[in-house]
Amino acid sequence: MFVSSAQAASTTAQNETPAHAETAAPGAAPDAHGTATHSETGVAHKGVFPPFDTSHFASQLLWLALTFAFFYLFLSRVVLPRIGGIIETRRDRIATDLDQAARMKQESDEALAAYEQELAEAKQKAGSIAQTARDESKAKADAETAQISAALEKKLADAEASIASIKDKAMAGVGAIAEETATEIVKKIVGGTVDKASVTAAVKAVRG
Amino acid sequence: MANDPIHQFQIARWIPIDVGGIDLSFTNSSAFMVATVAVASAFLYLTSSNRGLIPTRLQSVSEMAYEFVASTLRDSAGTAGMKFFPFVFSLFMFVLTANMLGMFPYFYTITSQIIVTFALAILVIGTVLVYGFAKHGFKFLGVFVPSGVPAPLLILVVPIEIISFLSRPISLSVRLFANMLAGHITLKVFAGFVVSLSAFGAAGVGGAILPLAMTVALTGLEFLVAFLQAYVFTVLACMYLNDAVHPGGH
Repeated sequence: MFVSSAQAASTTAQNETPAHAETAAPGAAPDAHGTATHSETGVAHKGVFPPFDTSHFASQLLWLALTFAFFYLFLSRVVLPRIGGIIETRRDRIATDLDQAARMKQESDEALAAYEQELAEAKQKAGSIAQTARDESKAKADAETAQISAALEKKLADAEASIASIKDKAMAGVGAIAEETATEIVKKIVGGTVDKASVTAAVKAVRG
Repeated sequence: MANDPIHQFQIARWIPIDVGGIDLSFTNSSAFMVATVAVASAFLYLTSSNRGLIPTRLQSVSEMAYEFVASTLRDSAGTAGMKFFPFVFSLFMFVLTANMLGMFPYFYTITSQIIVTFALAILVIGTVLVYGFAKHGFKFLGVFVPSGVPAPLLILVVPIEIISFLSRPISLSVRLFANMLAGHITLKVFAGFVVSLSAFGAAGVGGAILPLAMTVALTGLEFLVAFLQAYVFTVLACMYLNDAVHPGGH
């Protein structure tokens, strides 16, 4: 309504037909160029709503075809391969980085496993070395003990043997002394000669 | 002129060209087609020129647009539909940039011209038809025969399918055209109220606050509509292209 009120003045001033003023009021609005252009547009597009004005369709289609074709070619040849390439490169890069990380983790896991295995082996080896050392020293100590005790036993045996021989000797001496003593005693008491054999037998009988 | 909501859709011949009686003039509409292509191409070209592994903000905008369209197309037409990716991406960027450029005051909105949106819609349907028949031959007609429908019902269903197929370019083009046209007219009318009311002095200026607030709110809404209509146009194009790839698939 503000439109028509503003326009009422200009249309009456231009002395157009009332019908035209009503139908073409929006389309052929005061053009500021004066009555010439106004009447011309009024004649050319009498009340035609601009988007439905078929007289411009050919031009619209031509320029749309030109511009859209250029746009399509430019995008499909230049821009899209480029953006697609950027995204692809990034995806590849992330994938390879993840692969590398996984590989490195696997390597570190393997290294850890190897280290633990070596540690276990080393512990076992250390244990066995200690065991052999212990065994060796024990064996050595045992051997020495055995040697010493053998030596001692030998000495003991020697000592016993020598005691026995001394005792035997002494015992043997005892017999002879007894015989002599007996012979002398008999000589003194009985007089005359004494048969040595009978004396010996007698001593033997006494000694048991 | 300032208050005329239709004036913004007027076509003005900038460079008159006449070939055999056909008017092929370079108009304000043509200029904004060129501007749309220039702005969209320059943005996509320049933001991706670094080829950064770690994208800058603007580069990630381009990449988002790329992946957004790619996933939309893959979701509705599958991997086989990806051969249409440059076409669908061009459509989306062209319509989106045209809609957004139209939001600037005094700029011409080319998507508010029915012939432009209709031409784009026919391009989509034409691609579906040409590719569908070239790839599948007469099997492409299976697109009109839904699977799982009993034979007697087909007499009824097939004509409906044919009519729905034929109405696609109309609904596709009118949806975009009408949204852009209505939005711009509404904006202009409310903005016109502000100017007209403020001519009535202090009381008028006070009364103009309401339409001004409305204009601000509508501007926000129109930015949403500008994006949404570009998105809807693209999604529907993807669904129609799916028929070209998988004609028996519905």
